[in-house]
Amino acid sequence: MTVWALFASVFLACAVEAVEATTIVLAAGTARDWRSALIGLSSAVVVLAVAVVALGPAIGALPIQALRLFVGGFLLVFGLQWLRKAILRAGGYKALHNEDEIFRKQLAAARAAATQSVGIVPDWYAFTLSFKGVLLEGLEVVFIVLTFGTNDGNVPVAGIAAGAAIILVASAGALLRAPLARVPENAMKFAVGTLLTSFGTFWGAEGAGAQWPGSDAALLAIIPLTALLAVGLVAALRFEHRRSSTLAARGPAERSEALR
Amino acid sequence: MIAGKLKAFGAFWYDFIIGDDWRVAVGVVLALAVTAAVSRANVSCWWIVPAAVALLLPGTVWRAARASRTRATGSSS
Repeated sequence: MTVWALFASVFLACAVEAVEATTIVLAAGTARDWRSALIGLSSAVVVLAVAVVALGPAIGALPIQALRLFVGGFLLVFGLQWLRKAILRAGGYKALHNEDEIFRKQLAAARAAATQSVGIVPDWYAFTLSFKGVLLEGLEVVFIVLTFGTNDGNVPVAGIAAGAAIILVASAGALLRAPLARVPENAMKFAVGTLLTSFGTFWGAEGAGAQWPGSDAALLAIIPLTALLAVGLVAALRFEHRRSSTLAARGPAERSEALR
Repeated sequence: MIAGKLKAFGAFWYDFIIGDDWRVAVGVVLALAVTAAVSRANVSCWWIVPAAVALLLPGTVWRAARASRTRATGSSS
């Protein structure tokens, strides 16, 4: 993989996670207490840094074949999950990811909760909301950076891409003090799901002992074919969704006639 | 108390790695195992994982869409 392809893949994946984490921190800070939300954010970053220090060398110590099998398998399962959700959203079977809506729900829940001070944290609810949100989304970032970076033998570039994505999204969130609803998150998730599935397919098969025709150039076929499969499934779901909506709008007699 | 925390910890990792459809994870593991077995026989095996993806993705999407339709029909009736 070229350095730019590695950078773009990790940047895109981490930007999606950063948008979600930013929404949660903004909700915790706006509705409750900024100091507690920021302590939660910092604590989660420290835990994630410890995870990187602990996991990074362990992953790097694996033989490359075993690493590709292990990491490829995980990426493939992970990527198929992302792609499945993105296809269902685009096909109309799952609500679109709406940061405004999520922000409103988080705000309402945060405003309803009682305030409790613990140690240096003035508001425990804001702390835990922010900590959990950043930790969960951050774990995915760590996973993506370590798997893509180690597999490609270039963890620093993967780390820089993740850092750039997080700084960009966090700065935009801090400036706007509002959820980043205009980011085309669903389209980005679709693209990231396609990339994770494609790289998982490539590395997983290679780790299991397969020789790809054309070596790394096989990715140039795997990525568009995965995207084509996903787009085809979205088209099929949209067709099916329209058909069932039309049938539901008709009466029972017409419906059984149409189904015949 | 500890059992509950361990259960929650396990549930978190299950959700993080396996997700909504365990069949996908099982399918991926099987595809990689078959690829490893076939590659030892010096037979071309690069196509096995892409073929598995081409079966697993429509399968999991179809199951989720069907479940969504069933829920919608159930709530409207």
